[in-house]
Amino acid sequence: MDFNFSDEQQQFRDSLMRYLREAYDFDARCAIVRTESGWSRAVWQQLAELGALGIALPDAYDGFGGDAFDTLLVMEAFGHALVVEPYLATVVLGAGVIADAGSDAQRAQVLPAVARGERLLALAYGEPAARYAPNHVSTTAKKQGDGWVLDGHKAVVWHGDAADQLIVSARTAGAVADAHGISLFLVDARAPGVVRHGYPTQDGLRAAEITLSGVRVDAEALIGVQDEGLAPLEKAIDRGIAAVCAEAVGAMQAAIEQTTAYLKTRKQFGVPIGSFQVLQHRAVDMYVHAEQARSMAYLAAAKLDAPRNERRRVLSAAKVLVGQAARYVGQQAVQLHGGIGVTNELAISHYFKRLTMLALAFGDVDHHLGRFGEYLEA
Amino acid sequence: MDLNFTPEEQSFRAEVRAFIDAHLPADLRAKVLEGRRMTKEDYLRWHRILYRQGWVAPHWPKAFGGAGWNAVQQHIFHEECADAGAPALMPFGLVMVGPVIMAFGTPAQQAYFLPRILSGEHWWCQGYSEPGSGSDLASLKTRAERRGDVYIVNGQKTWTTLAQYADWMFCLVRTDPQARKQEGISFLLIDMKSPGISVRPIIMLDGEHEVNEVFFDNVEVPVANRIGEENKGWTYAKFLLAHERTGIAEVGRSKRWLKRLKAIAARERACGGGRLIDDPRFRDRIAQVEIELMALEVTTLRVIAAEMEKKAPGPEASLLKIRGSEIQQTLSELLMLALGPYAAPYQPAALDAGYDGPIVGPEYGVAHTGLYFNMRKTTIYGGSNEIQRNIIAKMMLGF
Repeated sequence: MDFNFSDEQQQFRDSLMRYLREAYDFDARCAIVRTESGWSRAVWQQLAELGALGIALPDAYDGFGGDAFDTLLVMEAFGHALVVEPYLATVVLGAGVIADAGSDAQRAQVLPAVARGERLLALAYGEPAARYAPNHVSTTAKKQGDGWVLDGHKAVVWHGDAADQLIVSARTAGAVADAHGISLFLVDARAPGVVRHGYPTQDGLRAAEITLSGVRVDAEALIGVQDEGLAPLEKAIDRGIAAVCAEAVGAMQAAIEQTTAYLKTRKQFGVPIGSFQVLQHRAVDMYVHAEQARSMAYLAAAKLDAPRNERRRVLSAAKVLVGQAARYVGQQAVQLHGGIGVTNELAISHYFKRLTMLALAFGDVDHHLGRFGEYLEA
Repeated sequence: MDLNFTPEEQSFRAEVRAFIDAHLPADLRAKVLEGRRMTKEDYLRWHRILYRQGWVAPHWPKAFGGAGWNAVQQHIFHEECADAGAPALMPFGLVMVGPVIMAFGTPAQQAYFLPRILSGEHWWCQGYSEPGSGSDLASLKTRAERRGDVYIVNGQKTWTTLAQYADWMFCLVRTDPQARKQEGISFLLIDMKSPGISVRPIIMLDGEHEVNEVFFDNVEVPVANRIGEENKGWTYAKFLLAHERTGIAEVGRSKRWLKRLKAIAARERACGGGRLIDDPRFRDRIAQVEIELMALEVTTLRVIAAEMEKKAPGPEASLLKIRGSEIQQTLSELLMLALGPYAAPYQPAALDAGYDGPIVGPEYGVAHTGLYFNMRKTTIYGGSNEIQRNIIAKMMLGF
């Protein structure tokens, strides 16, 4: 049992945090969000140079061969700084699927480019009627000659508007909610028939609705085994859950730091408001939630390679607990700031908004409480 | 980062488990698992079994007769004991006063008291709280006046757990009424057979005799039974409170209760005839508490890992107390709710071992409602959860 990060990991985290402190303060972040693309290619290149993009990618494809705890370090740092760049979409989800299920050719074509910061990906698995169920796939892929033709609507695809390539889940057999008959395809985001409607999300990031109308891809676009795409998709989603748990832990820590600083300096009735016990105990409960969430983020990272049922059970548990913690910490951070907490001017409301979206990502608390419940007697 | 136990730790666990399997008496195990009433002799039987094995004091150094285990080994041992349904080891001697005597006692005190704590010859109780001194412990008023080589003790202690069994009490008394409240306190070891001591039961809300009031009427206590210096008792009391950090979360016992809850919810019927565990509302409540317990277990391991590296204790002990007690309360509440209408019958006689009279409702449920009532104490004792929040707030905010 060892809860320490290695020296290399600590150095990596220190350099990443230093960079974010210097180049990515709240004002810089707001300026990036206001640009047309909503994210910064310059920052992305810096992250590539720091090794953050390749840290958890395989050695053989210009990555550093790190594990889930390296991803956790990156996501926690990003959560702390409210980073809006498409790391989750490109590296964790997109490159994760390719590294996990892609062919050698796909890996060689995609992963080194991702590590260098020259390729953006998005995982287009959600659909308007699917809610949080990845098996609900009405997008179709029909065989045509050697290749496939894709038709359908993919919903709320994170950073789908910026992506160079999309990983699309499509039905190649079976009925709309069947587990079997889902296949994954690597699709050029600028291919004829792909229409992307990009938009900002509530927390200052980007997403897109994507329609596919008669989009032709060749046989090499299939990722992994035909009809068996749900397993790698679920695994990618679980990696995403572990990542957003870590991001939420970083964001909660920042929110608590800012809230305690405010409690110490803001004066009412002639004294710092942090001297009031009712506010102290609220701050303590935020801390308790955040520490329990950190424990679950660690457990989530540790169990990503566990057998399927154990993995899903733990990842759902983590998502429930982190989701509840994110809600509590976010709401109370705003409450303890009083009026200034409900303005857009201070960072705290932006932490609240990000924490709110992280609690929904890949399934909200109720969804994962239900999924966890399936394993209650396991 | 590695959340797994090492192969050495795993083989240690196997060794502990094998010993418990071989030596925990079946009748004791059944009593604990079913939540039946425990006698003094029940506790002492298990205590003596562990004593003979050299395991009764996992955290004591070998030099004092302990097992000398590290924090991870202690955790594994307690988890295995809890899982198997072993009776709890009474903390008053082993966990509370023992380490104080080791750290601050005279060689004579160490030679006399420590072996008797280990063997179980002395049952200890804790003389801290008073009627007027709960959370504000340092305001305590029990007086000890020096007369030659004895103190004359007058006053009253309360909430004294299992004082009816106790041979000795470690007791905070006021030796300097003029000094600032923390600075006039001394730490005495008092023989419970001393003339002038009377013990009066307080019956808890579950109908059980667990705690007492203890009255002191001109009780003579030899000065030789004082720990450390006069008027420095608060220092030793704080040492004691800081000593037991990770056990308070009671993760092992809560895991056992969770198992029991699931087993019972799989037998009980929901309205409509399905299994209670398949009722979405009840299932979600079990799932919720299980998830919180998973997190608490990892948090506990994080604290243990920090302890192994001798990192300065932060507010984590208070965190473990807060969440640990809340989870115990939730589990006991769900154990009661699982019984449905059969949560109502009050059947104290059925809690005794060997009871073979009639039982109303399922036999497995006789202790649950009392347990729920009893567990309300967990957020109150050992520094109420509100006091724990004050402690964390002080570290976070400085106020």
